[in-house]
Amino acid sequence: MLILHPLLGLRDAQEFTYLGDASIIDRPDGLTEPEAFHDYLYLRDNPAGVHKELWFHEQGDRSWLVVTRNTVTHEILGAELARDYARGRGRSR
Amino acid sequence: MASHRLKPLSALGREFLAVESIGPVTVAEVMDVALASLAARRGQEAVVGAAAAQAGIPLPPPGRAEVGAVCGAFWVSPEMWFLEAPFATHEDVVAHLRPVFGEAASITEQTDAWARLNVTGPLGPLFERLCNLDLGRFEPGSATRTVIEHVGCYAIRRAPERMTVLGPRSMAGSLHHALTVAARSVA
Repeated sequence: MLILHPLLGLRDAQEFTYLGDASIIDRPDGLTEPEAFHDYLYLRDNPAGVHKELWFHEQGDRSWLVVTRNTVTHEILGAELARDYARGRGRSR
Repeated sequence: MASHRLKPLSALGREFLAVESIGPVTVAEVMDVALASLAARRGQEAVVGAAAAQAGIPLPPPGRAEVGAVCGAFWVSPEMWFLEAPFATHEDVVAHLRPVFGEAASITEQTDAWARLNVTGPLGPLFERLCNLDLGRFEPGSATRTVIEHVGCYAIRRAPERMTVLGPRSMAGSLHHALTVAARSVA
């Protein structure tokens, strides 16, 4: 499996480690209701199809990526730097 | 000053640098390069870029290495580079770089953290046995980190038949072994 790294081009998936659902970028405010934090911490969607997930380029430039992958076909549909993705969602970094 | 009788040893633990020619491939240990990491602090990217340009220090784009007048550099991660300078004049490399970048960048000494091996000869058959780099796309001037002998190493292609490999100093022996075994299998 090859991942199209946004800076370095096609790289072998062996160089990456996988964390999981990219939704953990959307961490709720610390002062919110406990239910929101419970859902953030424990509940994940498990889609058969397109999924956004976090991969770490551990044996490369050590950047975190948000990779869009089809969980049925394992096709990699896109990848972007996690910091760009997070900034695009209103995070400061 | 206290007198001592310590002898400097290479990363491979030798008194003299190892140079081995195996068929058309030569693997040579190198110790005359000082190394430092340079990371732009958040929001200071433009300041670091301007300071480097004024000092003649290249800051190459992702996946690339460049050689400047005094010092060379290769990209290691977003807003971070490794800088290479002659050891004879830049043994205290951080002290040379600190005045250039001030508080805009974080700089760490890396010289003794890495074992440096220069590999010359036909690189394709050698590196396809060592790592998953696609040498067809990894033309001279490219630099990247990848896995060699199960460990993350930097590979910098200086010329069509010349590659610098940096491995963690603690695995210098294993890296040298991997390179020479691969060289023997293609000789």
